[in-house]
Amino acid sequence: MSSPESGSYDATEAAPHGKPRATEWPLWEVFIRGQHGLSHRHVGSLHAADAESAIKNARDVYTRRNEGLSIWVVEASAIAASSPEEKGPLYEPSNDKVYRHPTFFDIPDEVGAM
Amino acid sequence: MYAQMIKSTGKGVKSLDEMDPEERAFQERINAGGKIEPKDWMPEGYRKTLIRQIGQHAHSEIVGQLPEGNWITRAPTLERKAILLAKVQDEAGHGLYLYCAAETLGVSRDQLTRDLLTGRMKYSSIFNYPTLTWADMGAVGWLVDGAAIMNQVPLQRTSYGPYARAMVRICKEESFHQRQGFDIMMKMVNGTEAQRRMAQDALNRFWYPSLMMFGPSDAESVHSAQSMAWKIKMNTNDELRQKFVDQTVPQAEYLGLTVPDEHLKWNETRGHYDFSEPDWDEFFDVLQGNGPCSTDRMEARNMAWDEGRWVREGLLAHAEKKRARKMAAE
Repeated sequence: MSSPESGSYDATEAAPHGKPRATEWPLWEVFIRGQHGLSHRHVGSLHAADAESAIKNARDVYTRRNEGLSIWVVEASAIAASSPEEKGPLYEPSNDKVYRHPTFFDIPDEVGAM
Repeated sequence: MYAQMIKSTGKGVKSLDEMDPEERAFQERINAGGKIEPKDWMPEGYRKTLIRQIGQHAHSEIVGQLPEGNWITRAPTLERKAILLAKVQDEAGHGLYLYCAAETLGVSRDQLTRDLLTGRMKYSSIFNYPTLTWADMGAVGWLVDGAAIMNQVPLQRTSYGPYARAMVRICKEESFHQRQGFDIMMKMVNGTEAQRRMAQDALNRFWYPSLMMFGPSDAESVHSAQSMAWKIKMNTNDELRQKFVDQTVPQAEYLGLTVPDEHLKWNETRGHYDFSEPDWDEFFDVLQGNGPCSTDRMEARNMAWDEGRWVREGLLAHAEKKRARKMAAE
């Protein structure tokens, strides 16, 4: 259950020819779509040598109890994520736009459901 | 517990006034029930303690496969064998969820594995005891997984997001483990006289090691106080142990088995059972690597790592070759 922003992580890529091989398999983030029409959801991560074995491993690690009907795997290093420091500039502007929520508007009861 | 004797900073808990603004904001977020996520600022002590705790928990899940793996080829029926296989596979999964959570704190999987194999990191004392009979599969599920659940359920609310999410998954699966153990015990106590004796013998051997899983009393420990302030430990060891005893004794009675403690007695005024402490000298000795199966367990893990090396390297080389071919074709 990691999230995409994994910590310092050096030994994942195979070494160039002539260099000692990195022994650790790359990290993959796993997304599963369940049975009820919801979109793929991040469920955790795992190590695998390539995408094909990452999907097989994800099947064993994250769907032992019918949790899903579709698996996506993405190499963790390929994910771009917003950083916590950007929290203010990224999300605060939406705080002063309360009119985006339907509850901002008073609709008389007589009008009925809207 | 699966993580025992985890030392935090040991300096005592700072008050909010003593903290610099960053740490204060961090602690206030925890106090308000907020979650800390991997890229958020965190005190170095929080990060290190969590790596030790989650790592030890993960190692316990992995080493914990060995005592039960011992019986897979000798399970009494095909159904029991399939169930045991599924359970042991779950333990591997639990280990993987936890390693992933630890990795978000900036430690690599290989580093954690190396630390286990060289004895720098520990795993739970309980897995250093042998599983001598089939009834031990019952006792392990019922008592050992039962004790683990006591600790893991509150940890679903722990302050570190990836750890809490791993715990949610684990707890969903853990209930199956305890029930299958109790089911084995029920079958045994309703069987022949020899089977009933076997079940009693398993309880006799696993009772005190299960109580040890919670660790010695930590009511006075500064490490525990810090971990509780950080919400990476939710209850004291004594609280959880008492809860476990209160829950388990009636279950033993239902099975018609006798808990091997002559001082065990319901205390009306406390509303809890009084019970004997396990032998803490034995606990520390086992934790030091002197348990009945400590050497076997470490040898098995080292062998798996060494003999799996060609697989790890081979798959990586194959992936590299495929990638190179694909690049050349493009």
